[in-house]
Amino acid sequence: MRPIDPIEFAKGPTVGGSARVSEAVARALRARRNHGAARPHDPAPSRTAYRMNRLWLTPSFRFFLRRIAPVLAVTACVGLWFASEANRTGFMERVATIKSEIQNRPEFMVKLMAIDGATGPLAEEIRTIVAQDFPVSSFELDLPEKLAEIESLDAVQSARLHIRAGGILQVDVTERSPAVIWRSAQGLEMLDAEGRRVSALESRLDRPDLPLIAGVGAERDVAEALAILRASGPLLPRLRGLVRVGERRWNLVLDRDQQVLLPETDPLGALAQVVALDQSRDLLNRDVITVDMRRPNRPTLQLTDAAREEMRRLRSVKLGVTN
Amino acid sequence: MTDLYEAQRAMRNMRNAALQRGVVAILDVGSSKIACLVLRFDGEGFMGGDGVGALAGQSSFRVIGAATTRSRGVRFGEIDAMAETERAIRTAVQAAQKMAQTRVDHVIACFSGGTPRSYGLAGQVEVEADTVSEQDVARVLAASEVPDYGQHREVLHAQPVNFQLDHRSGLKDPRGQIGRSLAADMHMLTVDSAAIQNLLYCIKRCDLEVAGLASGAYVAGISALVEDEQELGAACVDMGGGATDVSIFMKKHMIYADSVRMGGDHVTSDIAMGLQVPAATAERIKTFYGGIHATGMDDREMIEVGGNSGDWERDRRTVSRAELIGIIRPRVEEILEGVRECLDAAGFEHMPSQQIVLTGGASQIPGLDTLAPKILGQNVRIGRPLRVQGLPQAATGAAFAAAVGLCLFAANPQDEWWDFEIPMESYPARSLKRAVRWFKDNW
Repeated sequence: MRPIDPIEFAKGPTVGGSARVSEAVARALRARRNHGAARPHDPAPSRTAYRMNRLWLTPSFRFFLRRIAPVLAVTACVGLWFASEANRTGFMERVATIKSEIQNRPEFMVKLMAIDGATGPLAEEIRTIVAQDFPVSSFELDLPEKLAEIESLDAVQSARLHIRAGGILQVDVTERSPAVIWRSAQGLEMLDAEGRRVSALESRLDRPDLPLIAGVGAERDVAEALAILRASGPLLPRLRGLVRVGERRWNLVLDRDQQVLLPETDPLGALAQVVALDQSRDLLNRDVITVDMRRPNRPTLQLTDAAREEMRRLRSVKLGVTN
Repeated sequence: MTDLYEAQRAMRNMRNAALQRGVVAILDVGSSKIACLVLRFDGEGFMGGDGVGALAGQSSFRVIGAATTRSRGVRFGEIDAMAETERAIRTAVQAAQKMAQTRVDHVIACFSGGTPRSYGLAGQVEVEADTVSEQDVARVLAASEVPDYGQHREVLHAQPVNFQLDHRSGLKDPRGQIGRSLAADMHMLTVDSAAIQNLLYCIKRCDLEVAGLASGAYVAGISALVEDEQELGAACVDMGGGATDVSIFMKKHMIYADSVRMGGDHVTSDIAMGLQVPAATAERIKTFYGGIHATGMDDREMIEVGGNSGDWERDRRTVSRAELIGIIRPRVEEILEGVRECLDAAGFEHMPSQQIVLTGGASQIPGLDTLAPKILGQNVRIGRPLRVQGLPQAATGAAFAAAVGLCLFAANPQDEWWDFEIPMESYPARSLKRAVRWFKDNW
């Protein structure tokens, strides 16, 4: 039988004046339509619902379910996923791909290197050391290591390395300036004012402007040598170099094989004395081989053989001795 | 007697545990409604202590959840259909828990059925030492002569109400006092053990632990009687749905309790029968139009009762309010006469103060305050329960006297027999305590 909608059936009288169905009939029809569902609802919670409700109101359980359980669930899911080898490698590969994709973006690429403050050969040397194929991602450049390598060069006093805007690897170098030439058994080398090696030198004539030092341990006392050189102003045109003797004192070597032996202590004072003697008595233009100032209060001169003969002759003349 | 001790002491321990936890539920299993309140105890001194705390101990707790549901399966205050009652209890407890937003594990329950019977017990012993010790109190309580209260009954309350030391009577606490002969009066209330067992079983089925049981008559008296009335002597009549409880208080102790197995539900069923209407309609008519004194106006006030036969066109019956009152009044008179009989049996007329306080849901019938004095005596008032902190407005009515009283009972319980030490003599022979005592005496 087609179910009758009681609402429609119980509508008000139409124009024709049909009978109004009482509420009871409507209810009966409604009851027949949805069978047992019309029974009044029991407000009491079922035993299970009641227990669940109480469990939910337990503070510790609540805390567990709201704070700890989600963390556990997520951890378990991630753990299970990573438990499989394929997933793990796949994940790592993906990470690597994304990483290289980001690193190789044009914004991060370094295209060329610019070196400031280094002259030709040094710049060449730096280029060979850095030895980088450009363009390269800035993530792959190990700047501290490169910097250490550059700074390990003898000719470099200090260096700064940074990546400039526009993808340029900027190297700012301060070169060591050579102060003296050091002649050793190995050959000629240029040293800076602190005694550090700058570079080798092929020939003395390449840098005639630099003074020469020699002797064992000379490179360890470049500062003193420079001080002596500064103090020996008037002697400079005749100076050929400084020789370190016994790793403790300096000899001033002049042309015509003249030597000034400076003392261990206060060499500058002794030198000043020599300079004063030279200027007043024209000492060094005379036939002197060695001016021994090792004892500053008793300077000693060594004459050439000819001078000594001459002196002896003059003295005998003075004494009236004839040959 | 020992198993009673055990049971009651276990219950007392449970209550201490509940108070320790701070949350306890109150369950008033009545014939017409089941009320559940959730109390939260905080602050110090909630155990009561020696003196009564601030506001009679009420300041120590707060009602954080309250729910009532229509009672199912309870008749005359006794459980009639256990599964139904269990469901009703579950409903009430769950709603109260939801309001309190916490889980309750311990429940203190009261019920009014089980035909309570009061016994007065008296005991006397000689004091062992110079002063009265705990042991002496325990001995005097144990020495009181327990009447044969029947096989299927159980002791619900056993409260020492009076101590007498030599010829000084009316002592509250004889401990430490000097005297020779100590006597005690005790009030014992027994109820049907089946009623208790059923209730305990229902509560247990709801996963709750029982932390205390109380008689409805007693707890209604605690909340509805003011302090003076409890002190000077008064009777509390808790007119519930299925039973009317009578309790008599004196010196802040309950000295008598009884119940009349009639209540508001009987009035409803009278109306339903008299007017041929369903019980729900009868209840509605009773609460809206009920009364006790008919006036000329009531003859003209017509009440639509509606047959609920579905025939709205034809079946539209009306009754006058006077007719309704004519149905209600005899039943209320009958109830009050039953109360009168109880009071007479208790010898209420010999009390120094004869205040009677009517409370409970059925006491809200208009006009009861004019009818009751005619039957019960001049000093009658309609009482409402004390106000306790946090109680919703909906639960402050007279119908909640027992529930509120149970709150006070939970916060500030009276010493019962089982709260005192068990006397040495009743211990088994192998008791360690006894051995210790023997050592103390002999070495």
